Amino acid sequence: MSDDSRPGREISLTVNGEGYSARTEDRFSLADFLRQGLGLTGTHLGCEHGVCGACTVLVDGHAVRGCLMLAVQAAGTEVVTIEGLADADGNLNTLQQAFMEHHGLQCGFCTPGILMTLTAYRRDCPDATEADVRQALSGNICRCTGYETIVRAALAAWREMGAR
Amino acid sequence: MSTTAFVGQSVKRLEDPDLLRGRGRFIDDLRLPEMIEVAFVRSPFAHALIGGIDVAEALQVPGVLGVYTAADLPAGMHGKRILLQVPNPAITHPLTQEPLASREVCFAGEAVAVVVADNRHAAEDGAERVVVDWQPLGAVAHCEGALAPSAPLAHQDSGDNIAGRLALGFGDVDAAFKDAAHVIEGRFTPHRGTGHPMETRGVVAQYDHIGEALRIWTSTQTPHNTQRGVVDMFDMPEDKVRVITPDVGGGFGPKNQVYPEEMVVPALAMMLGRPVKWIEDRREHFLTTTQERDQVWTLTAAVDGDGKLLGLKGLLIHDAGAYLPWGIIMPYISASTVPGPYVIPAYHLDVTVAFTNMVPTTPLRGAGRPQAVFVMERMMDLIGHELGLDAAEVRRRNFIPADQMPYDMGLTYRDGAPVIYDTGDYPEAQRQALAKAGYDDFAERQQAALADGRYIGIGIGNYVEGTGLGPFEGATIRVLSNGRVAIYSGATPAGQAHHTTLAQICADELGIDVADVDVVLGDTGVMPRGAGTFASRITVTAGSSVRLASAQVRQKLLALSAAKFEVDAESLEVAGGEVRITGAQGDSVSFAELARMTSGMPGYVLPAGVAPDLEASAYFTPPQATYSNGSHVAEVEVDAETGLVTILNYVVVHDCGNVINPMLVDGQVQGGVAHGIGNALLERMVYDEDANPLTTTFADYLMPTAELVPDCHIVHMESPTPLNPLGAKGAGEGGTIPAPAAIIAAVENALAPFGVGITECPILPERIVQLIAEGEDR
Repeated sequence: MSDDSRPGREISLTVNGEGYSARTEDRFSLADFLRQGLGLTGTHLGCEHGVCGACTVLVDGHAVRGCLMLAVQAAGTEVVTIEGLADADGNLNTLQQAFMEHHGLQCGFCTPGILMTLTAYRRDCPDATEADVRQALSGNICRCTGYETIVRAALAAWREMGAR
Repeated sequence: MSTTAFVGQSVKRLEDPDLLRGRGRFIDDLRLPEMIEVAFVRSPFAHALIGGIDVAEALQVPGVLGVYTAADLPAGMHGKRILLQVPNPAITHPLTQEPLASREVCFAGEAVAVVVADNRHAAEDGAERVVVDWQPLGAVAHCEGALAPSAPLAHQDSGDNIAGRLALGFGDVDAAFKDAAHVIEGRFTPHRGTGHPMETRGVVAQYDHIGEALRIWTSTQTPHNTQRGVVDMFDMPEDKVRVITPDVGGGFGPKNQVYPEEMVVPALAMMLGRPVKWIEDRREHFLTTTQERDQVWTLTAAVDGDGKLLGLKGLLIHDAGAYLPWGIIMPYISASTVPGPYVIPAYHLDVTVAFTNMVPTTPLRGAGRPQAVFVMERMMDLIGHELGLDAAEVRRRNFIPADQMPYDMGLTYRDGAPVIYDTGDYPEAQRQALAKAGYDDFAERQQAALADGRYIGIGIGNYVEGTGLGPFEGATIRVLSNGRVAIYSGATPAGQAHHTTLAQICADELGIDVADVDVVLGDTGVMPRGAGTFASRITVTAGSSVRLASAQVRQKLLALSAAKFEVDAESLEVAGGEVRITGAQGDSVSFAELARMTSGMPGYVLPAGVAPDLEASAYFTPPQATYSNGSHVAEVEVDAETGLVTILNYVVVHDCGNVINPMLVDGQVQGGVAHGIGNALLERMVYDEDANPLTTTFADYLMPTAELVPDCHIVHMESPTPLNPLGAKGAGEGGTIPAPAAIIAAVENALAPFGVGITECPILPERIVQLIAEGEDR
């Protein structure tokens, strides 16, 4: 992925429960590293200046912009990406299923970031209202859906998870 | 004979499972062996000559493999410009871009060189070290200024800044004004923004030196346009240029163009013998991806004493930007959309299209219509003010009555056919929208709010939209040897769920499950002819083609089975992926078996008179556009101190004929309104007086977010069209088209106590505050 003549180093981290050690250029963002270094292309880059939220991943449980964090800063952390949401057999989790049920995606490009944002938010705020969910989503831009179906999907998943 | 197990149902999307797992395959996800990446060197000036380009330092950057200017591209490309996609005799200077500018750059962002490196980071390092001797020229920063005698020339050699002129109209306008009780004037200035799909553009190209063939992957709405452009640029036969679309992360119009990078990247792949990738970044998207909506309108309406329109005349100046990749079709659409749902006895509009030194303009969701609807609806509100009539009432008095359908507007549409509204009930659409919006008691709500110091307002936006544009979008249906049925089409999705919609239509026709349909779209290698996804056309064109071709395949399945069983086709039925002899004990044969019988496998003998093709193609050609319509009502609250607008309620009455999948149409409407909210309240692409772009990040150019966009209350009316076998009309743009008109009318209505009139779009908070201050000063 990178020319050894450029400044870089070996980092170790856990991604979706699996351990990785790989060299990265110092200047690579975490999103670049996940996509190019590890081939995990489910994390998408929409603006690369920290506004659109498409690159959101979980780092030690926190929702983080993969374009604003350097890969080297993620050394030693546990990262979860969109590829880590479905179970080992590939079954969609409750939130993913709710997105399918409620038409929460169109082109699907922003969807990984939105699912990761909501995953962290649901853990922190299981009693969120519609207004809360809208606020939680305010850092994720979706150009296709107009958000309503995303909000509906999130609230439906909340209910489903709460019932368990 | 088709059943309707799927058509008309909210079938869940076939696209979702992969996208939800992060298994989509977007352009930047493609990684080919030996692939190299590029970055472009772009002009920092809106208008300049290129004195020279020094690449020596860039070549020293680690990882950089080469730097190429226009002169370094293959000789066949020299002096060539990209194929103009929509020619028109009214175009005076048919100027499109060169793949790399060779002598003169005409907007900030135009590319003059390309750096090739082992990865994108190194390519950008190299691009920073390319030294260009820029010789800046005067720049044109607005389309109205472009026409002033003292204006600089947007193109040094063009003589003037006029890209085209046309006039549209009907009836005796002079007579209309002679008899008018009221003459009402307005001047309106919609402003430009762009589509901003969350996925930017990108191209990957690979050249096969043995087969002398190009394979190009590009994030586009129209691989066939790209193919036509590449074929023209490189003078190659079509069958040597295969253009494939991966998953496309949104389009909204700007991805319907053929771009310079789609020429340069394939050229490099041919020159260097390695796969080449370019991915646009968001800043490049702001600088280079086409935009739309800068126009200046001057309109005058002749009205009788009852508020009925007698005539409408005016002038439209349209900003082409620096080039004409898509010709001058948007101002044409604007001009022919103005009359909308209203009876206008006489109409005349003169249109001047001006070159400026800004990003070229091409259709953006709505394509000239949001501006036209904005100005027409603003005129309606002005007429209401002048005559003391309620906004709904003045519209009511001017609607085309439902019993006059089909209604010949007296204009010619962009496709050359007359503008004949096919079906629809415009007065009823507004009536339902007003009822849903609680319009009748709004005045009381407004009074009560005002008593609390809150400014709320209501606004109406009505529109009629030509959709389902021809000439065609074909489909091939084939029964595969595994028994599944494949659809191939040039219809290229960017989130609209064409796979699902087309599978629904095919499945019903062949009596199978949607899950048993494979849909292959947007690949010129499997579908040699196509137009693409724009103009809200795919369900009408490709959907109808799928219906027709599937019916033909059904007949072939029946004919083959009839021959096999030696019975009449009438005694057979097609269901569940097999053909059965009707009756409880009837014999049956599966699609898979029938496909194997006809696959050419030795051992099978075809019955006499049966051709071995369980496939059919159809190219449905609509006779004219089919006209969708709708009525939007927005209720807003304006914070008079900060200028912030909150949308309290939003109602959409939407008529797109027969609905194939209600869930998907609702999604298009809600998403379209969100785009319209951006156009109304946020999205303003700002250039300074030298045409330098000032809003080039999402921190400067704001996009609608979840907190701003409300849940739209959507009411469907279904007025089927007789113009296609599905009775369907387009649904992709109607959410956007009237939204700025409705929202801005509502903002103005809320600010009535301040005497504010709004004639621009978008209206940003700082401007609202300014208008309030001006109103208070008066």
